[in-house]
Amino acid sequence: MSDWYRDFANSGLGTTITKQLGLPRPAELRRYEPGQPLLPGPAVVGSAGEGRLREEVTGLLRDAGVTVVSPVAADGSTDGERLAAVLLDATGLTGPADLAAAHDFLAPALKRLRPSGRVLVLADPPAETSSPAQAAARQALEGLVRSLAKELRSGSTANLVHVPLGAEASLASPLRFFLSGRSAYVDGQVLAVTTADLPTGEDVDRPLAGKVAVVTGAARGIGAAIARVLARDGAHVVAVDVPAAGEQLAEVANEVGGTAVALDITGADAGPRLAAQLVARHGGVDVVVHNAGITRDKLLVNMDAARWNSVMAVNLQAQLDITQALLDTEGALKPGARVVSVSSQSGIAGNRGQTNYAASKAGVIGMVRSWAPEFAERGATINAVAPGFIVTEMTATMPLGTREVGSRLNSLQQGGLPVDVAETIAWLAQPGSAGVNGQVVRVCGQSLLGA
Amino acid sequence: MAPQTRKAAIVGGNRIPFARSNGAYARASNQDMLTATLDGLVARFGLQGQQVGEVAAGAVLKHARDFNLTRESVLGSRLSAATPAYDVQQACGTGLEAAVLVANKIALGQLESGIAGGVDTTSDAPMALNEDMRRVLLAVNNAKTLQQRLSALAGIRPGQLVPEVPRNAEPRTGLAMGDHAAITAAEWEIGREEQDELTVRSHHNLAAAYDRGFFDDLVTPFLGLTRDQNLRPDTSVEKLAKLKPVFGQGEGATMTAGNSTPLTDGASAVLLASDEWAAEHDLPVLAHLVDAQTAAVDYVHGGEGLLMAPAYAVPVLLARNGLTLQDFDFYEVHEAFASTVLATLKAWESPEYCKEKLGLDAPLGSIDRAKLNVHGSSLAAGHPFAATGGRIVATLAKTLHEAGPGKRGLISICAAGGQGVVAILES
Ligand SMILES: NC(=O)c1ccc[n+]([C@@H]2O[C@H](COP(=O)([O-])OP(=O)(O)OC[C@H]3O[C@@H](n4cnc5c(N)ncnc54)[C@H](O)[C@@H]3O)[C@@H](O)[C@H]2O)c1
Repeated sequence: MSDWYRDFANSGLGTTITKQLGLPRPAELRRYEPGQPLLPGPAVVGSAGEGRLREEVTGLLRDAGVTVVSPVAADGSTDGERLAAVLLDATGLTGPADLAAAHDFLAPALKRLRPSGRVLVLADPPAETSSPAQAAARQALEGLVRSLAKELRSGSTANLVHVPLGAEASLASPLRFFLSGRSAYVDGQVLAVTTADLPTGEDVDRPLAGKVAVVTGAARGIGAAIARVLARDGAHVVAVDVPAAGEQLAEVANEVGGTAVALDITGADAGPRLAAQLVARHGGVDVVVHNAGITRDKLLVNMDAARWNSVMAVNLQAQLDITQALLDTEGALKPGARVVSVSSQSGIAGNRGQTNYAASKAGVIGMVRSWAPEFAERGATINAVAPGFIVTEMTATMPLGTREVGSRLNSLQQGGLPVDVAETIAWLAQPGSAGVNGQVVRVCGQSLLGA
Repeated sequence: MAPQTRKAAIVGGNRIPFARSNGAYARASNQDMLTATLDGLVARFGLQGQQVGEVAAGAVLKHARDFNLTRESVLGSRLSAATPAYDVQQACGTGLEAAVLVANKIALGQLESGIAGGVDTTSDAPMALNEDMRRVLLAVNNAKTLQQRLSALAGIRPGQLVPEVPRNAEPRTGLAMGDHAAITAAEWEIGREEQDELTVRSHHNLAAAYDRGFFDDLVTPFLGLTRDQNLRPDTSVEKLAKLKPVFGQGEGATMTAGNSTPLTDGASAVLLASDEWAAEHDLPVLAHLVDAQTAAVDYVHGGEGLLMAPAYAVPVLLARNGLTLQDFDFYEVHEAFASTVLATLKAWESPEYCKEKLGLDAPLGSIDRAKLNVHGSSLAAGHPFAATGGRIVATLAKTLHEAGPGKRGLISICAAGGQGVVAILES
């Protein structure tokens, strides 16, 4: 789907006009391609207080082939080219006074940030201290990062990762994700990692090699994009959609070298049927992506039971039932399994006319959080991804005005692409993401809704 | 040489929903439909880029350009281009015959896997120049000088411009297949109501199977069609009773457009393999093809009905396998016409017929009708000639698999030219 406005704003004439009129200038986002270096330029690592992650982070960057330069001097001079990423280790914060160091480090560095640059702040979780001053300082970072994300232009993003003591090793996978083009449309987010058993020697270009992934609603839209990205990363994709969508489903399955399963996920025996097939045909499943979803919008007062019930059945009950069936079926969920549920911005912010949809999508978040500890015990994870305004066939049918406004109400001033949701899901599916569990990752370009 | 034979496994199947003639697939060619059907099978079983041993398929109505229809379809599909293919044609028996051919090669150890299929379009059917016109044009082509050419062309008359459209008629009798069936129906005194009842059951059974998701892994939608276009879930004996007979003459005519199969477009394919190949690929074995038999009758001079050959093939098959007609859990008798199914069943019940025509000491007897065409058949689904065999084999294999191990099913398909193909499947 083309973004005519973004293309126009970046054209010669468009640049002049949008500048003069003060119109938004959405940038071409840096998106991931296999074989790409982690960053297109050097990174700088600074700290606020005496943190514990600077060495670790510098090592990770160097291992990934990134040149790490020294912090930018206050006058803006550096020892090299413009920066692709600015990382701040804030695990040393003891109180609000230490935050000044964050400002001192970030301000000159951000002036040197390239387009599609990355700002990543690492901190301890605010809840894990008994000191109110320290908790205040840690919490303050959320305000800092979220505001910074809104200040940044040219496709740059800012995100915050909470790293509790002892979970340092879990940082590697989120760090790579947030710096890479995979996180193009993830902005202004706070992610928490936990301790986990981490695999070694992952192939960064094909992290899902040898894995079996099932994707519901894979015949089109975001689901088809998820199937493509998981397959690109090495997985065999079992693509599920309703029998009526079988023609497109077969095309997607054939394109990605996967398997098509025509199945209505709301069918009474859908869970056991899928579980049995996954065991018999694929020896179980490593990655489960609950993507199928429907909308049946109406104001609550005018909504009939059919609209309410069908949305609940597809968007929430089917996710619960299928996950439960996989848990209950011997050998269905392989060790270290990854479940990713597609929620929605509406489930966080609410949306007029979408009580049913928003309820179902909020329910998904509750489900993921409730199951997370049990999954952790199995060495598995379960997370949710909440897309914002994603440009699909569905949104293409919206009236132009609504669509234009909808797609610009975020810090990146454009709608996301299905591939952006898919990249986030594929990252959560990686073996190395074992330390990311029970999280809700918004893929919304830092939407103004429900922020 | 393989020292002994083995039974070929039926792994699964795929078909596109069948469309009424000049309906949803009016613009699709045989090759389009067969390719889409193969691709649906590839997607279901994850066979992208893989080589299966052989693809055998065919069409009854074929364009001259489709001389290598199956191979061309394979080349257009997601199967490996290194997959050999050949065309088969035995009228309405094509699909089942193709499955038997592939199964036999697997049984002999010549193949580890293969796909059998069939396709037909009555919408995109070939039209030939009429015979006079063809001769004129051949003369033009053979002419050496412009003068000769012009004089040959001058011979064209308006009547020669009328194309020859293939008709569903027997070349040796000039009778439509329905007219032949009507003769048989009259001979066997097959009543209108029992034909309509069988038709209603076919529609209701097919609709119920769709509703419970039975066809989820047997059918892939095509060109926007998700179920067979001919299916009428709400049909009833009362509704069918209103239709006027279209075959047969006068008072005794019983065959209508409802209890006869309509002209149909569609395609089907079945994946067969050795048990070992299926296991290596983590694919299921729904059933095995145990044995098959063909027969033909002299419907021109021999006083036998055009579509009665299966009546002859089945006792041979039963005897060879030491079975009686009652030793089956399911029967798939192709519904070319409701009257054909009923005449065949009546023939097996008749002591005289079984003795005089089939040379049996005792009649084969009757079957439990509750086991007949339990997921619908051609009256409801439609009958794209060469595609029917694949539809039936895959449907019966899945039916047997659902019923559990050790179940047995009989397939009986009548074909133009007075032929019949029958087979036994076992789970
Ligand atoms: N497009 C957006 O902007 C957006 C925003 C937030 C969340 N989402 C969510 O992302 C997911 C995918 O959305 P999309 O835009 O690609 O939608 P889509 O309508 O294009 O695709 C959804 C797919 O799910 C399938 N599906 C529906 N019911 C099913 C059932 N009962 N069984 C099996 N499959 C079924 C559909 O056939 C379809 O192929 C949904 O969960 C949606 O709620 C989308």
